[in-house]
This record gives sequence, C-alpha cells and structure tokens, in this order.
Amino acid sequence: MRREGSAFSGLGVVMLKELSDHLTSIRMRVLEWLVVLVALAALYGAIQQIKDTTAEDPFLFLRLFTTSRDPLPSFVSFLSFLVPLMAIGLGFDAVNSEHNRRTLSRILSQPIYRDALLFGKFLAGLVTLAISLITLWLLVIGLGLFLIGIPPGAEEIARSFVFLLVTIVYAGVWLALALLFSILFRSAATAALVTLGLWLLVTFIWPVLSGALAQAIVPPDPRYTALGLQTPATAQLEQILARFSPSTLYAEIVVALLDPTTRALGPIYLSQLQGAVLGAPLPFGESVLIAWPQMVGMIATAIVLFVIGYVIFQRQEVRA
Amino acid sequence: MIADAVIEANGLTKAYGSAIAVDHISFGVGRGEIFGLLGPNGAGKTTTILMMLGLTEISEGDVRMLGFNPAREPLSVKRRVGYLPDTVGFYDNLTAADNLRYTARLIGFRSMEREKRIAAALDRAGLAEFADNRVGTFSRGMRQRLGLAEIVMKGAQIAILDEPTSGLDPHATAELLAIIRGFKSEGVSVLLSSHLLDRVQSVCDRVALFNGGRIVLMGSVAGLGRQVLGGGYVVEIEAEGIGLAERLALIPGVSGVEKAGINKLRLQADRDVRPEAAAEVVAMQGRLKYLGVQEPSLETIYTRYFEAAPRQAAQERTRHAA
Repeated sequence: MRREGSAFSGLGVVMLKELSDHLTSIRMRVLEWLVVLVALAALYGAIQQIKDTTAEDPFLFLRLFTTSRDPLPSFVSFLSFLVPLMAIGLGFDAVNSEHNRRTLSRILSQPIYRDALLFGKFLAGLVTLAISLITLWLLVIGLGLFLIGIPPGAEEIARSFVFLLVTIVYAGVWLALALLFSILFRSAATAALVTLGLWLLVTFIWPVLSGALAQAIVPPDPRYTALGLQTPATAQLEQILARFSPSTLYAEIVVALLDPTTRALGPIYLSQLQGAVLGAPLPFGESVLIAWPQMVGMIATAIVLFVIGYVIFQRQEVRA
Repeated sequence: MIADAVIEANGLTKAYGSAIAVDHISFGVGRGEIFGLLGPNGAGKTTTILMMLGLTEISEGDVRMLGFNPAREPLSVKRRVGYLPDTVGFYDNLTAADNLRYTARLIGFRSMEREKRIAAALDRAGLAEFADNRVGTFSRGMRQRLGLAEIVMKGAQIAILDEPTSGLDPHATAELLAIIRGFKSEGVSVLLSSHLLDRVQSVCDRVALFNGGRIVLMGSVAGLGRQVLGGGYVVEIEAEGIGLAERLALIPGVSGVEKAGINKLRLQADRDVRPEAAAEVVAMQGRLKYLGVQEPSLETIYTRYFEAAPRQAAQERTRHAA
C-alpha cells in the first residue's frame, strides 16, 4: 500500500532552517576560516614554487592545486584532510542533537515524514559544504590569475571544475557517514569520536594496513623479490584493498584529473606502454574516463551510507 | 461506546519482542472531552500516545483518530492533532516566534495566516511579550506553555499532552491547567497523561488508570470512587453535643460511625446523608461546626485499588520487567 502524501513535503523547510543554522553557527565560521587560511598558505607556497621553476608547462594553472613547497603540503592534500573534517563537523550531531534537545518528537508530530527531516539535514550539510568549496575554488582561480598573470585555458577550467564536483562528492561521503553515526549514537560526543576515528583509520592506517594484509594473504613471490620487484598478484590485491577507503579513491581521482599525464591508476605492464609517448598529456575526456570507476565508487559509497542511516532512522524509536 | 468519538482505540497492543508495553487496550474519547491517562512511569502511556500519532508501529489492534488510521494516513492525523511531548524541547538559539514559525512552515501555512496564528497563539499562552526572546532563556513552565501555543497555532482538533504538568511549580501548573480548560471550551478534545493524580483530577472528565500496559480502571473520578471505594460516601461532621454518635448511626443509610478526633465524627453511608445529619445535630441542640462529604480522590482510589489487588499488581510488574 502506498503511503499518503509526499515523502518530501516539508523538505525545503527543513533544509532552509538547517542551512541557516549552519551558516550562522560559530562552528561553521571556525571551520571556514581554518580552511581558507590553510588553503591560502598552500596556494602561496605553490605560487612561489611555480615562479621559481617552470615557464614551459602547458597546464601551469593546474599546478596551483598540486604543487607543494616545503614545509607546506599542496592545496589538494590540505583539502583531502580538511574536507572530511568539515563534513564531520557539520554532520556528527545532526540527528542526536534533535533527540537530546527533545525536539524530535515535536517536529515529527507535524505533518511531515521522517524522510523530509533526514533528507533536509543531509542536503543542508551538502549545500553548506558546496558553498564553501565553490567559494574556495573561485578564490584559488582568482588568486592564480592575479599572482601568476596567465589566464587558465578551457581544459584547465574543465579539469579543475570536475575536481571541485568530486571534492563535493567526497565531502558528501563523510557527511553521510557522520549522519549515520549521529543516528546510531545518542551522544554527540560518541558520534564525533567514532566518525573521526574511522576517518583516521581509513585515511592513515588503512593504506599501510592494506599492504600488510595483501602480503599476508598472497605472500610475495621470492623470484620477484630477488629482482627487487613487487609480485603482481600481491600488488593488485593491495590496491583492491586500499580502494575500500574513500580517501584512496579521492586521491586517485585527483591525480588523474589534475595531472593530465596520468595514464593509469594501477600497475602497468611494459607491454601496455608500447607506442605511448611518455609524459604526453591525455585529453580531458580520457582523464575523466580513467578516474570514472573511482568516481562511481565514491558516489555509491555516499548513497549506501545514507541509505543505511535512512533505514535505521525510519525504524528508530522517537521517544527520548 | 461513545457517540461522536474522536479517538477510538480497539485492542491496541505494542510488543517489543516478547515484552509487552501496551496490552490490548480499548477506549474512546468524545469531542470536547478531557480524558486522562493515568498511571506510574513505564505503564505504557507514552507508547500508547506514540501509536496514536503514528510515530511508532502498532503491533496489534487499531486506533482511529478523527476517523483516520495513523498507521496508514499519518499526515492527515498529524495535521489535525497537536502533540506536547513529555518535557518538550525547542531550538534554544531561536526566538519563541521563530520556533513557531518553523513549525508553521512545516504544517504549510501561508505567511499571512502564519503570522496571525502565531500572534494569537502566543497571546493565548500568555507569551506575547516574550515572542522575540530566545527560548534558551525560558523557564520550564514557559516552554510547556509555548508547546501549548504550538497546538493552538496548529488549530488542532485533538490535543495530546504527555505529562504536561510534571516538574512545574503550583503556579505554573495552574496556568497550564487553565489553558487546557480553554481547549475544552472550544470543543477541542484533550488527552493527557500523567502520574500526578491529584492535579489531573481537577481537569479530567474521565480517566483511565494504566498499570503494566493495561487499563485497569476507566470512568469518571466520581464513578471510579463508587466502584473502588465500596460505593460509599464519607460524611465528616464536627459538632459539640452529647450522644451524637449514637443518634447519627440511626439515620437510614448510615452503615458506620467512627470517631475521628475531638468532636469529630466520620460517617460511612451509601448516599449523601448531609441533610439528615444536619437535622439530627440541630434537633439534639448540638453546635454544628463543620459538615462535609469527602470527594473520592484519585489518589485514594488508586492506592485502594492496588491494595485490593496487590498480588495482581506484583505479577504485572514482574511481567513488565521481563
């Protein structure tokens, strides 16, 4: 039997309210300043480095994002740390705070479905993140124009724009995870700690762990080891395991998009390189194609995490 | 059952696994009636309320709110029913009016109507001057009144209030009960739950006593008094005179006389024997100082009922805990 009315009535109202809460909250302001300052520092380092070195690069503009100068990491590596942090900061108390303020049963006794509340909260978080990231992206492009003085080409804009979209999706993954834990745990502090712990695990520990796991499951062949090479089966398994982490997926997409000379995101056999002009850039479409499975994987992760949270939320008791 | 019923529950049951929170309860509430769900904490009152709003699944039986089924037509029910949860919460960083605005938008009122309704509702709840204050600064009583204002704004036909007076001081309780009586005069049916028996007694037309997920007693307070307290009236007399007790015992209908202090007597009777008692005292030329009939109090009814059935109550409790 179909349920009565639309699951989305009230969605816009919830979203606008949450959005205005986010945009006026002190928490958001702190996060934004953190991101802006750190990004500017990275950008400044990159520009200094670019000025010192090259003039012959056809994709000079993309170097803004990827070049690092010691001791600062590059703009993208900063983003890959700060975006999850921001997303978790916005999502970790989305649902449990309604429980703890005892507003949940009052709001749900209004003529809306639970769907509207959860979707509204997720969308508001995503829109907030998108606003910040788009601002940051425009800031980078503007500063690049201003400080380097070379206008970006159409392809550079296209690549960096897809990079922006991917970053928003990446933020969505962490937002969905934070939302899930905010549904699972009544205490906001527990939810925040668990989400941050999981983020640390998949970002820093998992890449190391996947190497060790792969070697345990498929021990390296001594013949390859004697030659100083990785065993193909072990290397493949390691990559498969590493790709369970959204951080790995994001890093791979970034490499493919922002470095046009990237030809593959895995081990390449010598036979595959026959006829290739090493160091020659790929067209934009080909680069997107290389990273396409990773992008789909990331979108799917966000959706799956959201759906798990959605199902749990639908069945949860509303009483405090 | 009840003509013109706005709430009809039939065999309503909620089970969490093998634990049964609400056990086949049936009741009806008429239009403009104030109905009390009374019982100790954990007796199943809140669960019953959540089932009536479609906020928790019904395991068995059914309930109709204004003819709608909350499990199938939750939006129609929730549009017409106002709910004040146990210790209601608001967004502390928003003002009282903004909190109501958010709810009004969720309900879908247009902006002109919204502002009119909010102003009227805040006025009704006595919060007009605090409309632009943050709810964070509100006392508990003010929050409860803001919750009632929300129901007023909604224009609800049924108001469901879960423990509306718990944790309030006597003054705030009186204010709240006055607003609840106001609902009745407008034809809004009120269903309120409470574990504070004496406060509820003063406003309820009928009550249902809950225990262990069941309704153990239901009816008007006076009716329950007759049913549980042995159908008797207790008339208290304070008078000076000699041999009064013996004379009063001879009044038809009086089943017992006991001394309750110096010059104080308590009569057990099967009807209100105040006129006869007064006539007797005057005829004896005694000095009548006080004459009163004890209204049966819910507290007494409740205690007496569970004294009468302690074993059953104990069983209920163990089953509930299991």
